[in-house]
Amino acid sequence: MTRYVRRFTRSERTFHWVNAAFFLYLLATGLVLYLPRLSALFGRRPLIKDLHFWGGIGWVAALAAVALLGDTRGLLRTMRELETLDHRRFNPGQKVNAILNAAITLLFVASGLLLWLGERDTRFRLQNTVTLHDVLMLGALALLAGHLYLAVIHPATRHALRGMTRGTVSEDWARRHHPRWEVPPDPGEGTTTGAART
Amino acid sequence: MEAQPRKLGRGLFLVTVAGGLSSLWWGKSLTRAVSAVPFAPGGGWRIYTVAPTMPKFDPATWKLEIGGLVDKPMTLSYDELRALPRTSQIRNFHCVTGWSVSNVHWTGVRLSDLLDRVSPQFSAQGVLFTSAEIPYTDSLTLEQAKLHDVLLAYEMDGKPLPREHGAPVRLVIPEMYGYKNVKWVSRIDLVKQPQDGYWEQLGYDRDAWVGRSNGL
Repeated sequence: MTRYVRRFTRSERTFHWVNAAFFLYLLATGLVLYLPRLSALFGRRPLIKDLHFWGGIGWVAALAAVALLGDTRGLLRTMRELETLDHRRFNPGQKVNAILNAAITLLFVASGLLLWLGERDTRFRLQNTVTLHDVLMLGALALLAGHLYLAVIHPATRHALRGMTRGTVSEDWARRHHPRWEVPPDPGEGTTTGAART
Repeated sequence: MEAQPRKLGRGLFLVTVAGGLSSLWWGKSLTRAVSAVPFAPGGGWRIYTVAPTMPKFDPATWKLEIGGLVDKPMTLSYDELRALPRTSQIRNFHCVTGWSVSNVHWTGVRLSDLLDRVSPQFSAQGVLFTSAEIPYTDSLTLEQAKLHDVLLAYEMDGKPLPREHGAPVRLVIPEMYGYKNVKWVSRIDLVKQPQDGYWEQLGYDRDAWVGRSNGL
């Protein structure tokens, strides 16, 4: 019988999936603005610009809402785990991925706001804003590709996906991949452990 | 060996954010480096439009009208336009938002040739371009419009101008930013003075010289 241990709280999982959903929405609308073929296919640039911009505002607002309405202290604790690159619950690669994503998000929001403001007021027009926004997109895509490969395809690591969907991973897997992680006590047979303590 | 681990994660976050934000002030270097990537999608172009749909070009019904303060107003069909003396040039295209496309091969009619044909009146000091993409307009001074490298281009890189680049005809004024290079030109009027076009009403400079306008 496989024993499972809690890997992600409900708040962590909600934060992750809200982030993923908004990222994909912004990627889709952003690519329509960015790729000439798609721009030509869809037209309606002013509308798509608005959808993209307000999606970005929604991204920040939704993440803030999850952080404030969910387990704020737990999320702050998770953030502090990321401050050091040692290997406990997360390995250094996972931490670098999360940290770069956080930095990229912040830069996306800053450069996106500047693009929006720059179209309305010359003082906000800077030479490289569009380029920065593009480079961020390419960087984020590269990270996403690696992330998806490890979480969905690579046989040795894809069990980790269960941690982000159901909240638990097998104890055996946890000990093999994260030997120095002090695994939380066995949550029992029920796998919806997040319900007990969000 | 349980020394306090260094906060490398925090450092990585701060360095990435600081690097990204500072890149906004690196001058053109970042943009130049990125533009140099040979596999940039769409050849490095972005398609900027202001109306819900792009104008559709029908060779059978398309007309270019040239009028206003002229002695000999003119209406050209697509075939008539293409039958006029043609000229080609290879120039870089610069957008005011920072991106550029190098070595674009344009073919079309020199605007000064067309202007000579319609005989502008003495009072005409501006040329107003109206796009089929409503409400896009823009204008040049007559002097700017007569620069030798200002074209009405109907071919780009050896092929008929694609729809998203303004088919069938766009203005090309390489020394000015892209928003002066009106796409889908459907009317040209000689007017007393240039007037603010679409982007100029939103605060962009009317004299949009590359590198010497819009605070760049």
